[in-house]
Amino acid sequence: MLDLSRLTPLVSIAGFFGVWILAAAFSDDPQILPQPWLLLDPLRQELASGELLFHLGATVRRVLWAFCLAMSMGLALGLMMGRQRWLNRLLDPWLVIFLNLPALVLIVLCYLWIGLNETAAIVAVTLNKIPNVATVIREGARALDPQLTAMAQVYRMSPVRRLRHVILPQLAPFITASARSGIAVIWKIVLVVEFLGRSSGVGFQIHLYFQLFDVAMVLVYALSFICIMLLVEWLLLQPLERHSQRWRSA
Amino acid sequence: MIHICITSKSFDGKEILRNIRFEIAAGETVALLGPSGIGKSTVLRIVAGLDPEYVGHIIRPEAISYIFQEPTLLPWRNALDNLRLVHSGVSRERARQMLERVGLGGKASAFPTQLSLGQQRRLALARAFVVPCELLIMDEPFTSLDAAWVDDMMGLTRDLISETRPATLMVTHARQEADVLADRLLELSGTPATLEA
Repeated sequence: MLDLSRLTPLVSIAGFFGVWILAAAFSDDPQILPQPWLLLDPLRQELASGELLFHLGATVRRVLWAFCLAMSMGLALGLMMGRQRWLNRLLDPWLVIFLNLPALVLIVLCYLWIGLNETAAIVAVTLNKIPNVATVIREGARALDPQLTAMAQVYRMSPVRRLRHVILPQLAPFITASARSGIAVIWKIVLVVEFLGRSSGVGFQIHLYFQLFDVAMVLVYALSFICIMLLVEWLLLQPLERHSQRWRSA
Repeated sequence: MIHICITSKSFDGKEILRNIRFEIAAGETVALLGPSGIGKSTVLRIVAGLDPEYVGHIIRPEAISYIFQEPTLLPWRNALDNLRLVHSGVSRERARQMLERVGLGGKASAFPTQLSLGQQRRLALARAFVVPCELLIMDEPFTSLDAAWVDDMMGLTRDLISETRPATLMVTHARQEADVLADRLLELSGTPATLEA
């Protein structure tokens, strides 16, 4: 029997394209909003020339670097702040400052201080995301089961085993939530970073086609990257989440 | 020999335990009795080294097993892994043997959420005995079990203790459990709680 719930995301995406087609018909100007099928030709051109893959690759590389750095540093920071009250008291004002510092300010300062290079771009994105990850993980660390902590202590589990088998499984929902929101926010910040100070990447291309007022090419690059993010969500994040949570449905 | 000397233990400035001194010989089982909230579980936590904020001293061995009031299992790991991952040196074979011993032979791949409370308590018992321990601590290990399960679990616990002969300190509300398992009874009373003479 057909499982209708599996079709829901497809129906939702079809609805998105439906709204787009109606809006494009309403504007009646491909310069402002072209119909979806009018993007196929520019997409083919960019693929054939290799430009699209080159710039997507540059953005993916920056997203991956910033994501791995922000997740690992945010995880460590959030875990320590959630477990050590004195450290939380010490670093909480820093966290509030960085949470409220506009992404643009950090990006500009990194470019000014480090230079218009790859390091500055990745550091800027990472610094923007670490406070969010740390805040989410801190909540998870505060909610760790004290009985399991006592069990691990009395049975003298090594720190590595405790982290792997006792702490990280409890933090899994928090890690997944921050990873999911993290990857979405990071790629948007990466685009701004590329827009402002890089000569490659989706953000750089969007900047270029913005100056040429080429809406179709802006959409080609933006949608291509969204497709990559959807694939990451469906092929990586969701299966990983199902695997880590399989004991709940057992 | 386990030496326990708790001169004083306070929470938020209020003294709850005073002058609690006793010893437990290897192979001996001591039951600690007393009304709810008097501090029996606190004594166990201090003896196990889980609560370092007290005045006094404890001489305890390295190898300690603890059976908590709740089974306190890793819900994201199956029964076999709950034994093997908590104790690093336990082979798959030894873990399977222990599961057989507590009547969970067919449940090696079951997650704790798939086990009944009685089976979860058996798994916690298996975890306590899968490696040799010199001190066994049990905090009301049969709470919330049906009468039939309590008899069953008490018999199994008594057999395992007599096979491995650790020094055992248990807390219970039920006098009958203490009579069946313990060689010696100690009772906490008063405020702050002390051992009755």
